[in-house]
Amino acid sequence: MADVVLIDAGGTNIGSVRYALQRLGVDAAMSDDPARIRAASHVILPGVGAAGPGMARLRANGLDRLIRELEQPVLGVCLGMQLLFAHSEEGDTACLGVVPGEVRHFPRETGLRVPHMGWNRLCIERDDPLLRGVNDGDFAYFVHSYAAAPGPHVLASSEHGAPFAAVVRKDNFCGMQFHPERSANVGARLLENFLSL
Amino acid sequence: MLTRRIIPCLDVREGKVVKGVRFRDHVVMGGIVELALRYRDAGADELVFYDITASPEGRRVDRDWVERVARVLDIPFCVAGGIRSVEDAREVLYAGADKVSVNSPALERPTLIDELSQAFGVQCVVVGIDSLRDEDGRWRVRQYSGDPDRTRALARDTLDWVREAQQRGAGEIVLNCMGSDGVRDGYDLEQLASVREICTVPLVASGGAGAVRHFVDVFREAGVDAALAASVFHAGDIAIPDLKRQLAEHGVPVRETRSAD
Repeated sequence: MADVVLIDAGGTNIGSVRYALQRLGVDAAMSDDPARIRAASHVILPGVGAAGPGMARLRANGLDRLIRELEQPVLGVCLGMQLLFAHSEEGDTACLGVVPGEVRHFPRETGLRVPHMGWNRLCIERDDPLLRGVNDGDFAYFVHSYAAAPGPHVLASSEHGAPFAAVVRKDNFCGMQFHPERSANVGARLLENFLSL
Repeated sequence: MLTRRIIPCLDVREGKVVKGVRFRDHVVMGGIVELALRYRDAGADELVFYDITASPEGRRVDRDWVERVARVLDIPFCVAGGIRSVEDAREVLYAGADKVSVNSPALERPTLIDELSQAFGVQCVVVGIDSLRDEDGRWRVRQYSGDPDRTRALARDTLDWVREAQQRGAGEIVLNCMGSDGVRDGYDLEQLASVREICTVPLVASGGAGAVRHFVDVFREAGVDAALAASVFHAGDIAIPDLKRQLAEHGVPVRETRSAD
């Protein structure tokens, strides 16, 4: 049985992610204690909010350094995924840098509705155990105003004005820009896959 | 491509889903969790729970049912009614709601929108607007529309309020067109298209759905991002899988769900 720890970094979706894991039969702990996080088999960084305060909160507990050193599977959700990248344009924030790339605001062009809010299709870019059972064109639920361009570590992309990274993975660090906890069966499957890593 | 959303709205009173003509003659339709899952299974993209007891009586939304819904529901949901402060919103969001919707309290104190978006991010903040066309032809905002005895016409121009709400940090606007609400004669396409022009955040149409073609029209002609409806879904007049199939046939991008889901 996976021993999952949700890092409590102030995101309001932490309860929803916890309930989604419970639906999969996993009772996750919530913690900001470095020793507890280090001992977990799987670590999830949920996140709703802004990059600056999110990173500030991790740094205040020394969790920024800790997360970089983790060797077990780590999953960043929404803002949590954005924090895995090197830098976010949101508040000009230096992030964790465990996945190379830059998070930027959606193009402020006429007609593009931001936040990107709703169900959008996943376009599979690369085979990976994280995407097992997920089909090209499956839907996930997104709510965000910032995103990373598809880079070498993208497993699935989506499109809003331009393509952006929807699922990334570099070594043990995984990220989902959408909310798997709110993406019906597809989201449940992705969480299940993460727990099987 | 981002799909257009179908959002059933459930009125909640004292922990039960009710239907009725606004504040009168309510009939209990069933348990919240049971109905939420039924709509989820039918392919609803999102749900709105409107606590009709909360706002007019100044009561707070009861947190218990929000958490019960969040435990079982795997699609997003928004809670409306009775949210007057950051603390009210925090309680509902931490219980598992994805968004909160504010209406009359934001008109009383517009800085509430700033406070909510700064505390939780714009993606959590929905501003609901009740709007009606006055005799001079302009659309103006109504307050306390949930209670016919307290509804007030404001001098505030609807388009001005839509602009201001976005500047203050609304991440989504729900425009309830009161002239068409409850009449089932179609959404107010003219008003929605006018608001759509000045709206850079997602716009949700509310009020007037009575037939499938009303949904086709509101997406194609008013360009809204989502359509909210209550009675047509609750009465079983429109089944969501059939609605989505017909929308797709008319070229409206929707999330079609497999029946096995």
